[in-house]
Amino acid sequence: MRGTTRKVAVAAVSAVALLAAGCGGGDGDSSDSAAAGAEGGEITIRGCNPENTLVAGNTAETCGGDVLNVLISTLVHYDPESAEPSNDIAESIETDDNQNFTVKIKQGYMFHDGTEVKAKNFVDAWNYTAFGPNGQEGSYFMSVIEGAEEVGAEDSTTEEMSGLAVVDDYTFTIKTTEKVSNLPIRLGYTAFAPQPDSFFEDPEAFGKNPVGAGPYKFDSWTENQAIVVSKFADYAGEFGGNVDQITFRIFQDSGAAYSEVVAGNLDLTDDIPTSALIDNIYQSDLPDRNAAKATSYYGYIGINPEVDKDLSNPDVRRAISMAIDRQQIVDTVYNGTYTPATGWVSPVVDGYQADVCGESCVFDPEAAKAMLEEAGGFPGDKLTLSYNADSDHKAWTEATCNSIKNTLEIDCVATPLVDFSTFLTKLSDREMKGLFRSAWVMDYPSIENYLGPIYGKGAGSNYFDYDSDEFNSLLSQAAGAEDLEEANSLYQQAEQVLAQDFPTIPLWYGESKAGWSERVDNVVITPFGRPDLRVLTVSE
Amino acid sequence: MTETSRHVTDGEDVAPTDDSQRAMVDETLRAEGDIGEARSLTQDAWRQLRRSPLFWVSAAMITVFVLMAVAPSLFTSLDPAKGDLSRSRETPNAAAWFGRDLQGYDIFARCIYGARASILVGVFATLGTSVVGSVTGMLAGYFGGLADTLISRIGDIFFAIPLLLGAIVFLSSFRGDDPGYFQVVFQVVLVLVVFGWPSIMRLMRSSVLQIKPNDYVSAARALGASPVRILRSHVFPNAVAPVIVVSTINLGVYIAVEATLSFLGIGLIPPTISWGVMVSDGLPLLRASPHVLLFPAVFLSLAVLAFIMFGDAVRDAFDPKSR
Amino acid sequence: MGKYIVRRLLQMIPVVLGATFLIYAMVFALPGDPTAGKCGERECSEAYKAAFYEKYNLNDPLPIQYGKYMANVVQGDLGENQYGNDVAGELGDRYLVTGKLALMALLWEGVIGIAAGALAGIRKGGFMDSLVLVSTLFLISIPVFVTGVVSQFFLGVKWGVASVTVSADATVYELLLPSFVLGSLSMAYIARLTRTNLAENLRADYVRTAKAKGLTPQRTVGLHALRNSLIPVVTFMGYDFGALLGGAIVTEGIFNIQGVGGYIFRGVNNRDGVAVVGAVTVLVVAYLLVNLLVDLLYGLLDPRISHD
Repeated sequence: MRGTTRKVAVAAVSAVALLAAGCGGGDGDSSDSAAAGAEGGEITIRGCNPENTLVAGNTAETCGGDVLNVLISTLVHYDPESAEPSNDIAESIETDDNQNFTVKIKQGYMFHDGTEVKAKNFVDAWNYTAFGPNGQEGSYFMSVIEGAEEVGAEDSTTEEMSGLAVVDDYTFTIKTTEKVSNLPIRLGYTAFAPQPDSFFEDPEAFGKNPVGAGPYKFDSWTENQAIVVSKFADYAGEFGGNVDQITFRIFQDSGAAYSEVVAGNLDLTDDIPTSALIDNIYQSDLPDRNAAKATSYYGYIGINPEVDKDLSNPDVRRAISMAIDRQQIVDTVYNGTYTPATGWVSPVVDGYQADVCGESCVFDPEAAKAMLEEAGGFPGDKLTLSYNADSDHKAWTEATCNSIKNTLEIDCVATPLVDFSTFLTKLSDREMKGLFRSAWVMDYPSIENYLGPIYGKGAGSNYFDYDSDEFNSLLSQAAGAEDLEEANSLYQQAEQVLAQDFPTIPLWYGESKAGWSERVDNVVITPFGRPDLRVLTVSE
Repeated sequence: MTETSRHVTDGEDVAPTDDSQRAMVDETLRAEGDIGEARSLTQDAWRQLRRSPLFWVSAAMITVFVLMAVAPSLFTSLDPAKGDLSRSRETPNAAAWFGRDLQGYDIFARCIYGARASILVGVFATLGTSVVGSVTGMLAGYFGGLADTLISRIGDIFFAIPLLLGAIVFLSSFRGDDPGYFQVVFQVVLVLVVFGWPSIMRLMRSSVLQIKPNDYVSAARALGASPVRILRSHVFPNAVAPVIVVSTINLGVYIAVEATLSFLGIGLIPPTISWGVMVSDGLPLLRASPHVLLFPAVFLSLAVLAFIMFGDAVRDAFDPKSR
Repeated sequence: MGKYIVRRLLQMIPVVLGATFLIYAMVFALPGDPTAGKCGERECSEAYKAAFYEKYNLNDPLPIQYGKYMANVVQGDLGENQYGNDVAGELGDRYLVTGKLALMALLWEGVIGIAAGALAGIRKGGFMDSLVLVSTLFLISIPVFVTGVVSQFFLGVKWGVASVTVSADATVYELLLPSFVLGSLSMAYIARLTRTNLAENLRADYVRTAKAKGLTPQRTVGLHALRNSLIPVVTFMGYDFGALLGGAIVTEGIFNIQGVGGYIFRGVNNRDGVAVVGAVTVLVVAYLLVNLLVDLLYGLLDPRISHD
C-alpha cells in the first residue's frame, strides 16, 4: 500500500532478442498452455485500495497496478516465470543506433470499447503522461524520450514530445535523449500502455471506468470494497486469462486477508502477515497452497555524509557494514527467506556480478572493530537507524542496530518516523542524520536501474548526495555503448566504484510469498513479486 | 468513548449540556462518587477500607509496580536493551525466567523496566486531567454565566473528538525529531490530558453546583472572603472526592490507552520500553511463541486491574449510601 | 420544549466549528508533504505536486482553506477526497456499517452488562458480586487489540464458529464477534452502573412496600427495582452510542470493517484533510445530536425532569 513501490519486470534478458522482427511471445505462451486447471469460473482475491483512479500513466503503486495489469496490454509482455520480455502488441521494435527506434504494432488489437489499438493511441497516451500540467505519476518514465523535459515543465505549453512521431496507423518512432540500449525492455511497464480515444475526452471519468486492450475488461468498482473484472471476449493477444471473472476484494490489513484465505473465504493473497511467516506457519496453514519466489527487492542502509559528518569517513561506514550480522538477522526476522546482499545490484537483473562488496559485507566483529579503530573511531556518541513506522520495519532495524551496538559498542537506536511521507520529506529536506532504511525495487530489468537513478549526480533517489566523477563518467559511457555486453561491463565497473566509496550499506535481497485456497490452481509468482492473474486457473 | 476503553467512568461525567437537566442527571449519576461531609467521612472511609481485602490486594500490587518504576534494578540485574539474536524467542528457562523475545531481549527485565513508562503515563495523565479539569470545573461551576458557557463549550469541543482519533492526529502532527525518553512520554501524556480534561471538568462543575448553595459557602462570602479563598478552603475540599475516585480508575484506563496508541505506532517509541510496546511487538508471535505476548500482557492487565480495583475500593468506602 | 431544542441546536454551532477547525488545523499541520509516497520510493515530479496542491487549495493560508471548505460544507458538499470520490457519499455507506456495528455493540454490552449488574446488585458483597466485579474489570484491563486478534484467531480461524472478517454487506452474523469485542469494554461500566443503582433501589421504601405487599422477590426486583435502576444505564448507553461511532479504529482494522474509523485513520496517514475533516464533522454533529436525543429521552423516562 503506501510506500510500496510498483514492482516492475525483472529479467535477465538481452534487448537484442526483442529487436528481431516478428519475435512473438513464444515463451510467455508456454506457461499459458501448461495450465492444469480448467478455464472459466469466478474467483475472489485480495486487493487493496488504489491510490489514484485507474489510469495507467498515473499509477505507480501495486494496489492499482495489480488491477491494471489484467486490464491493459503493452508493447511488450513479461513472462510470468522469468519476466523475459516478448512482443505483445509490438510487431517489432527496431533500431540501428540505440537512439532512434521504430515500433511496428500488430493489427487487430481491440480496446474494450471496440476501437482498434493504433500507433497514435501510444503517442497520445505518452504525451499526456509526460505533459507537466497533467501531473501524472508516470511522467518519470517518459523522461528518456526527446522533448520530455520541455513538455514536462510545470507550466509547459508544448503538449507533444519531439521524440515521438506517428508514421502510419501501425507504426511510430521514438527518439531518446541519449543512447538507451535497454529501451525496449522498459516498454512493458504500465505507464507505456496505449489509451483509447475516449480517455482524452474525460480522463477523470475514465479512471473510474477504465478501458484497456488487455484480456480482462473492467466491470465495477465499489469504493473500498471491491473491483470486479471479467474476461474480454474480443481479446486478440496471446496472453489471455483463464478465469472468467476476478473480484479484487479490498482489505486494509494483510492479517485479515490471510485469515480469510485460511478460512477458505478468499482465493488468493499475496501478502502473508508476519505472524504467519514466523516458523513458516503459513506453510502448515496452507499445505501445498503456498509459494515463494526471489524478487528484485533490494534492501540497504542509506547515509548522507553531508548531513551527518560523523559518517563522512568511508571506513567508518565500512566498519558499520562489517558489524551487521546479515545472515543472523535474515534467519531470525525474515525466517531465512531473504538473502544477504553481496553488492549494490539485485541478482535477478541482467548485468549482475557476484560479490562486489567482498569482505565489507561479511559479518566479522574483530575486523569491524579494527577497521573502526583505524579510521579513528566513531566521532559521535549515538547512532540512529531511522525507518517509517507505517510499514513493517521495526524488527529488522532494531536487530540491525543491536548487531552494530553489540559489535562496535556504539549506542545505536532504531528510530521510527511516524509515516512514509514524513520520512521522505525529511530525506528530501536533507535533515536525516545517521543511518536510514532504504530499498529499491526495479523499474525495468537492467543493472543500470540500480545505479543511475540512485547514485547518479542529482538523481531523484540520490538522498546520499553521492557525487563521483568516475562513477558518473562510467554511467554515460555505458549508456552510449555499442552493445549490451559492453554497456553491462561499464555498469559493473561503476558498481565497483561504489564498493570503493561505500556510500550506502547493502543488506539483503528479498522474496515474495503467496497463499491460496483450494479453489485455485497454477499460481505463479512473477519476478515482480506478484501472482500472475492471467495464468491462474480454477481447480473445480 | 473509544474502544481504548473509556477515559471517564460510570457516567459520572456524561451530564448533558443543559444546566438544569445536567444537575438532575448528575445527582443521580454521581451517587456513586458522592460525598457529603468530607472530614468525618474520611475517617469512616478509612475504617471501611481497612477491612476491605480488595483494597489491600490492590494497594500491595500498586506498591510493587511503583517500586518497579522507581528502582527497576532492585528486581533484576539484567540489561533490558541487550539483544542477542542468536537466542531469539527462547522459551522461559533458568537464565531468562520469562524467556526472550524476537530480538533476544530478556522479557523479564523488559517487563520490569517497562513499568516506568507505563506508570509515568498513567500517573501524569491522571494528574494533568485532574488539575486542569478541577480548576476549570470549579471556575465554571462557581462563577457561572459567561465563564461557565465558555469553559463548557470549549470542553465540548475537545470532548466531541474521540480520544483515539484526536491522539492519532495530534501525535502525527507534533512528534519532533529524535525525542528523548521524557519527551516521548510527555507527548503521550499531553494528548491524554488535552482530550481527557473535559470529563473531569464536568464532574467537578456539577459537584461545585451542588455545594455552592450550602450555607457555609454563603457565610464565607458574606464574611468577605475572596473567591480564591472560598474556592480553595471551602468549595474544593468538599467537591473533590468524586474527582479523586474517578481519577484513580482513570489511571488504569490511561495505561491501557497508552498500549493501544503504541499498537497503532503512535504511542511510545524505542528506546523507551513499555508494556504496550512489548504487547504490540509480541502480537505477531501469538502463534509461534505465545510467551512473548503473554508476560507483558499479564503485567499490563495486572497493573490496570490494580489501579481500577483500588479506585473501586476507595469509591465504595466513600459512598455514604453503601453503608 | 421547542425552545429548549432550538437553544441546544444553537449551542452546537460553535462546538461544531471549534472541533472541525481544531482537526482541520492539526491535519494541516501534519509534517510531511501530502504527495510524498504517492510515487513509490522516489519523489513526485514538480508538475504532479503543483497540480495536487492546486486541486486541494493547499497553497492558501490555513484560515482561507478552512473557510473555503466550510462554505462548501454548509451547502451540504463535503468535497472530494484525494481519490476523487465524493466524501459525503462514502461517509454515508460507512456510517451505515459503523452504525450497525455500534448498535450491536450496544446490544451486547446492554444485555450482558445489565444481567451481570443485576446478579451482582441483588446481593451486594456476595460471591456473584465479586465474580462480576473481577471478570468485568478483567475485560477492561486487556487492550482491545489483544482481545480482537486473539478472539479472531481462535473463534474465527481455528474453531470456525464466527466470521473471520466482515464483508461489504456487513451482515449481522459477520458483526457478532467484532461488536462483542467493541462492546466488551463498556460491559464493565454498565454492570457497575446497574449494580450500584439496583442495590440502592432495593433499599428504597417502595421496594420495602412491595415486599410487604407480598410480591415475590422476582417481581419485586424485576418490576420495580430494576426498572428504576435502568434509567441511568439507558442514558449511559445513549452517550456511548455516539462515542462508539467514531472510536472503533482498531476493531475495524482487525476485522476489515469498512467503517468510519478506518476511513479517518487512512485519511490521517494520507494527509487527506478533506476526508478526515468531513468524517469528523459528521461525527461531531452525530455525537451532539445523540446527546440531545438522550437528554430528551431522559425527560421522558424520568417525569421529575422537564424541559420547560
